[in-house]
Amino acid sequence: MILVNRAKTPDRRPGRANVALDALAPFLNRSIQGAMANDTDPPPQEAPAPEAPTLESLVRDLGAVAKRQDRAAFARLFAHFAPRVKGYLMRLGAERAQADDLMQDVMLTVWRKAPGYDPQMASPATWIFAIARNRRIDALRRDKRADLDPDDPGLMPDADALPDRVLDARMWETRLAGAIADLPPEQAQMLRLAYYEDRSHGDIATSLRLPLGTVKSRLRLAVARLRTMFESDT
Amino acid sequence: MTNLAQIPAHIPDEWLLDHAAGATPEPVAVLVEAHLALSAPARATYARLAAVGGVLLEQQAPADVAPDALARLMARIEANPAPVRAAAPAAAGLLPASLSAYTGPSIENLAWRRIVRGVEQATLKLGGPSPYELSLLRIAAGKSIPQHTHEGDELLLVLAGSFEDGRAGYARGDVCAADASVDHAPVADRATDCLCLHVANAPIKLTGPFGRLLNPLLKLARR
Repeated sequence: MILVNRAKTPDRRPGRANVALDALAPFLNRSIQGAMANDTDPPPQEAPAPEAPTLESLVRDLGAVAKRQDRAAFARLFAHFAPRVKGYLMRLGAERAQADDLMQDVMLTVWRKAPGYDPQMASPATWIFAIARNRRIDALRRDKRADLDPDDPGLMPDADALPDRVLDARMWETRLAGAIADLPPEQAQMLRLAYYEDRSHGDIATSLRLPLGTVKSRLRLAVARLRTMFESDT
Repeated sequence: MTNLAQIPAHIPDEWLLDHAAGATPEPVAVLVEAHLALSAPARATYARLAAVGGVLLEQQAPADVAPDALARLMARIEANPAPVRAAAPAAAGLLPASLSAYTGPSIENLAWRRIVRGVEQATLKLGGPSPYELSLLRIAAGKSIPQHTHEGDELLLVLAGSFEDGRAGYARGDVCAADASVDHAPVADRATDCLCLHVANAPIKLTGPFGRLLNPLLKLARR
């Protein structure tokens, strides 16, 4: 089941996000080692445990920005996401200054578009990742007529969703972290190349000298495994 | 070779994953966005793959941000602090909004050219160079594209009408994905013309008994 009955939505204890992050650690170590083989990013920092925001506090802060234009809430979001967005942009090859400019645009979009954020559709991180991804793509395009919608139509509220079967994307993400951590290495590598190195499945086949069909199979297996994780014990 | 025929009416997961990761070439991104606007099942899968990006962003090693970065951003924000109210998602017209930017207000104004009898194509202008070509394809009611296979990847999103290709039927919002493993002949429904968005990175290769002779003449994609 991918749609979660609202009545079954689990409690919202602070710290659920951290559970997800811990579960992801093995994958990240692997992926970071792979991606870092010949770049100069600083090594990953341990998250400072005491003040690290929780998934719930991030959702709350984003809501406060949307409703009250709450500057303090925005400062907390900035402190958490700005360095990560910049790190993501630099991992994908942006120069430091360009990454700074793009990060500023991304965080400005977060402020402006906060009222469009729907916590039932995505976590704050997923929503901000989509903004950062689209801003980066727009910056690479010469012709502005092709600008992507920063709202990401794929993450807009679903008019067809039944009210009592709303998907709780936040619960997904807790599971998703675990599912990614459990992927076989060759499937995790596919995700890493796509998300961290900007490679389409066709590019992955070329760069790894694998038949296109093999790459497609691995990606589909990875997606199928993630799907299975979502659907088990719901 | 992976068997595309197993999941004929939906876009294969690898394309949605490319898009969620930000790795899709522009023409493919246009097609995927239009597909997402029209297909709830595709949106459900996509939301999952988008969440992979969120999980990875949470785990991204933070980069150093200048101490005055927030202050500089707040100065920009204070100049115009009102957030933008999100417009309610509009019901998609014939063309999803993201696609209209490429077609202009009326598809009749595009430069249509005849491919074979009953099949017309209008190439859409892109923002930058791409190995893929983006076009609209119109198959007149009851007409067909001759039997063919592919030298690259082809995605066909139905915007209006419907067609079938011997593997499955495709209605508005469905995607027919084809590659070198697929040999098909799309036939439009007899009642209505079929309008599709077409993305391909290689010409098709005709495989029917007469089609082979026409190969040099028929180009559904450059290259």
